[in-house]
Amino acid sequence: MSVSTETPLQREEIRTIFEKGAPGRRAFVCPELDVPKVDGLLPDRFRRAQPPRLPEVSEPEIVRHYVRLSKRNFDLDSGFYPLGSCTMKHNPRLHERVTALPGHARLHPFQSPKRAQGALELMWNLERALAEISGLPHVSLQPSAGSHGELAGVLLARAYHEDRGQTRTKVLTPDTAHGTNPATVTMAGLEVVKVGTNPDGGVDLDDLRAKATEDVACLMLTNPNTLGVFDPNIREIADIVHGVGAVLYYDGANLNAIMGITRPGDMGFDIVHFNLHKSFTQPHGGGGPGSGPIAVSDRISPYLMNPRIVKREDGTFDLDEHGYEKSIGRLRGFQGNYGCFVRAYAYIRSLGAAGLRDASETAVLNANYLLARLGEVAEHLPLAFGRLCMHEFVLSGAPMKRELGIRTLDLAKRLLDHGHHPPTVYFPLLVDEALLIEPTETETKEALDAFADAVKAILEEAREDPEIARNAPYSTPVRRLDEAGAAKRPVIRQSLD
Amino acid sequence: MTRYTAVTDADREAMLAAIGVDSVEDLFAAIPADLRLQRPLDLPEGQPEQAVYAHLRELAERNVSAEDELTFLGGGMYDHYVPALIDMLTSRSEFLTPYTPYQPEVSQGGLQVMFEYQTAISELTALPVANASVYEGPSALASAGYLARLAQPAKRRFVISAGVHPHARETLRTYAHGFGAEVVEVPLRDGVTDPDAWAAAIEAGTGAVFVQNPNFYGAVEDVAALAAAGREAGAVVVASYDPITLGILVPPGECGVDVCVGEGQPLGNRLDFGGPSFGFFAATEAYLRRMPGRIAGETVDAEGRRGFVLTLQTREQHIRREKATSNICTAQALNALAGVVYLAWLGRRGIVELGELLLQRTHYAREALCAIDGVEPWHTQPVIREFAVTLPAPVEAVVERCAAEGVNPGLALPEENALLVAITEQRSRADIDRLADVLARALVREEVTA
Repeated sequence: MSVSTETPLQREEIRTIFEKGAPGRRAFVCPELDVPKVDGLLPDRFRRAQPPRLPEVSEPEIVRHYVRLSKRNFDLDSGFYPLGSCTMKHNPRLHERVTALPGHARLHPFQSPKRAQGALELMWNLERALAEISGLPHVSLQPSAGSHGELAGVLLARAYHEDRGQTRTKVLTPDTAHGTNPATVTMAGLEVVKVGTNPDGGVDLDDLRAKATEDVACLMLTNPNTLGVFDPNIREIADIVHGVGAVLYYDGANLNAIMGITRPGDMGFDIVHFNLHKSFTQPHGGGGPGSGPIAVSDRISPYLMNPRIVKREDGTFDLDEHGYEKSIGRLRGFQGNYGCFVRAYAYIRSLGAAGLRDASETAVLNANYLLARLGEVAEHLPLAFGRLCMHEFVLSGAPMKRELGIRTLDLAKRLLDHGHHPPTVYFPLLVDEALLIEPTETETKEALDAFADAVKAILEEAREDPEIARNAPYSTPVRRLDEAGAAKRPVIRQSLD
Repeated sequence: MTRYTAVTDADREAMLAAIGVDSVEDLFAAIPADLRLQRPLDLPEGQPEQAVYAHLRELAERNVSAEDELTFLGGGMYDHYVPALIDMLTSRSEFLTPYTPYQPEVSQGGLQVMFEYQTAISELTALPVANASVYEGPSALASAGYLARLAQPAKRRFVISAGVHPHARETLRTYAHGFGAEVVEVPLRDGVTDPDAWAAAIEAGTGAVFVQNPNFYGAVEDVAALAAAGREAGAVVVASYDPITLGILVPPGECGVDVCVGEGQPLGNRLDFGGPSFGFFAATEAYLRRMPGRIAGETVDAEGRRGFVLTLQTREQHIRREKATSNICTAQALNALAGVVYLAWLGRRGIVELGELLLQRTHYAREALCAIDGVEPWHTQPVIREFAVTLPAPVEAVVERCAAEGVNPGLALPEENALLVAITEQRSRADIDRLADVLARALVREEVTA
C-alpha cells in the first residue's frame, strides 16, 4: 500500500460559486415595498425576460466558498514577496482602518466641495508632499494606476508641443522599459523608438544622440531603471533630450530607491508618475487597485487634467473644473482613487522626511545585502550589470540553465515549495533567463537570509537531480498548469448550459 | 529605523560587511553628488500610529458623508448598502496583499475569483466574454473606443450620445485626441438620444457609437434601436450600463451591443469619494482577442486537476508592448472581488427584486417631487433608479437650503436648472417623503428671497 502525498488543498474538488447552492437559497433579503405598486413603469420591450443566472447561495455558503478560495493564494502578509518592479512592501493596517472611516468611505464624489473640506485638504496636502518628493511643483492625483499616469504624461508632452505649433511623432524608450511605456505611446497616437543600453546598464548615449531628433516628443525613462541601475549620465541625457526641444518623462515605478535622496525634478525631468501602490504602500489587492498621480514642471502645468484642487485665500479648498486653461481633459471619472490617497497620505504622515529617506536607504541596503548573499551562487546566477544595485537587481539564469539544466522558470517554481514568492522572471527582456529581485525595506535580514539559503539549496539539489526543479512545485494547491492549452481553447467563464 | 523597517545597527554592520562597503552612503555612489538632495525633504515630521489616526479621523469628520445626511446624490456612484461579508472577505490578507497572479500555482484563489467575476459580468450583460476588470466606468468607455480604433483603423469618427455621463464623454475625447478619432455628440430629445440626429450623425466612416443606459439623466434609452443604426453603418456599438439595473432591464447582449462597459461601484463597493471602484468590460466573441486587461481562463494542472491561469496574454503590454490592445497593467482586482461577492449575495432572485424596488420607489419619488408647485419632470421617459426634475428657483441655492436641514436632495445640474435625484434601497418611503417636504419648504423660502 502506498501513502498518498496529496495535501487537503490538492484533494479539494474545485467548483465555482455558480456550481454551488440550490434554487431558492439566498443571502439578500430585499427591503419591503413601502410605496404603492404601479404596473407598467418599465415598458415590456425594455424588460428582461430571464433573470441573469447568478448564484443562489446562503451567506454561510458565500463566506465558506471565498474563505476557502483565499487559502489557495500566497500573500505578502504570509511570506517574502520579492517581485521585482512591484515594491511589495508591508501594508500597515492603520491605513485600512482610517480609509474605512465613514467620513472617507461613505463620502459621495459629487458632494459639494463645501462639505468635503477634509477630503480636499487631504488631497491638497498629498499633492504638496508628492511635489516635494519629486521636485516638481504641480501635481494631479487623477490617474488610476501607473500606466494611466503614463498615458497622462505622454498626452501632456504632446499637448505641450502642439501648443507650440509642433507636430512631434516619436517617443524614445530604452529597451529595458516596462511594457506599459511602449503600449502607452501607441495609445497616445505616437511612435515608439527604442534606445539601446550601454555595458553598464545605462542609456547608450551615442544611440540616444543619433535618435534624438527634432520630431521626438519625449524620452520615457526609469531611473534607477529596471536593471536596478542608477544612470549616472542622467544630466547629459537630459541635456540631449532638452537640446532637441523634447521633454523628459520619469516612470516612477522605481521611486522607492530614491525618496529624500535625489529628485526627478532636480535630474531634469519634466513629468513624473508615482505608483502610490508601490512606493507609498497600498495593498496590491491581487492586481489592483493602484493609483498613479503625476507631477510636472511649470511649463507642462497648463495642460494638466481638470478638475484642479485649489486653496482659497480664506484657507478653504475647492475643485475647479476649469482650473487648468489648456487642459488635456479628464482621464477618468471624479477625482481619482481617493481611498489610495488616504493610505498614501497616512504613510507619508507616519514616516515623515526622515522615515521616507530611511525607507529608501533600507530598501537599497536590503537589496544589496541579498545581492551579496546570492553572490555565493554567482557562478550560476550572475548579476547582469554592475557590482552594486539600487533597490532591486537582475540576475541571469543563463549559466544555471547551461550547467545545471534548470531554467529560471524551474527555479521560480521550486521556490514556491520553499514558501517564498519568486521574483519577477523573464523581465527585463534584454537579460537572458532574467530574475528581477526587489526585497523592499520592510523585510528582516533573517527573511533575506532564508531566501538566499533556499536559492542555494535549489541549485545544489539541481546539481544532483535537475528533474526535481523541472517538475516543481509539489506542495502548492495545484501543480504546473497548462497555460498553452488555456490560450488555445479559451474557457473564460463558467458554462451554465 | 521606522516602525515598518527592522534593520538594527548590528544588522546594518553585518550587512555592509557582507556587501563590502563601509556605509549605506556608498551604496548611492552612482548618483552624482550634485544631484543629491542636500537637505531633508520639507515634510511634517513622522508621527506615531495613534497621532496619524487622530489626524485622519479629524479630516474625515470635516466631510459630510452619506452617514451624516440623508443623501439622494447619484450621477454614476450610489449609496447602496455594502454587506458586512464584503468587508470581511476583502480585508483577508490572502485577497488584500498579493499582486497580479503571475505565479498561478499559488494564486488559484484570486484567479478563480476572476473567472467567477467574468462569469457574473457575462451573465449580467448577456455577452459571452468579459475581462477581469479595468479602472472604472469612464475610462472603460474610452478603452472601448481604443478597441474600436484598432479594430477598424480607417474609421476615425466616433458618435456619442449626450446622455452618456459627462465624465465619460470628456474622457473619451481626451483618449481620442491621442489615438486619433473625432468625437461627434448627438443631443437628447425629451431626455433620450434624439433618434433622427443619431441616425444623421452616423456615416460610413463611423468607427464606433456610444450610448448609456439608463442615461446620465436616469432615462431608459431604446438601445436596440440606437444599436441597429450603428450596426447598419458597420460601427462598433458600445454601451455603458448601470449594472444594478440589469436584473430587470433587457441586457445589452440582446440589443445588438458589441461592447458593454460600466462603472462597477454600485456592486458592493464603497463611495470612497470616487474611487477605487472598478470598471467592467464585456464583448461579443468577435472581440475576445482585442479586449484590454487581464483575463482568467480555465485549464488543468500536470495531474489533471482543474485550475485557472491568466490567459490570452499576447494581447497585453508586457508581451506585445507597442502593439498591445491596451497599456493597462494594475487593474482593480480587489474591487472586482467585492463585485462578484455582492452579486452572489444578491443572487438570481435578489437582483430582480432590488431592481423592482428601485423602479417603484423611484417612480414614487418622481411623483412626490413633481407634486410640488413649480417642480416639473425634466423628461417623461421611464426611469429605474434616478430622475431629473427642473426647479422654479436656482438649483444650487435650493440644494444649499436642503443641505442645511440635513437632506442632500441630489446633484445640481445648473445648465438645465435641474436636480438629478438618485434612489437606493437605503432610501425608504419615509426618507422620500422627507425629501419632498424639505425641498418644498426650500423652494418656498428661495422664491420668497428672490
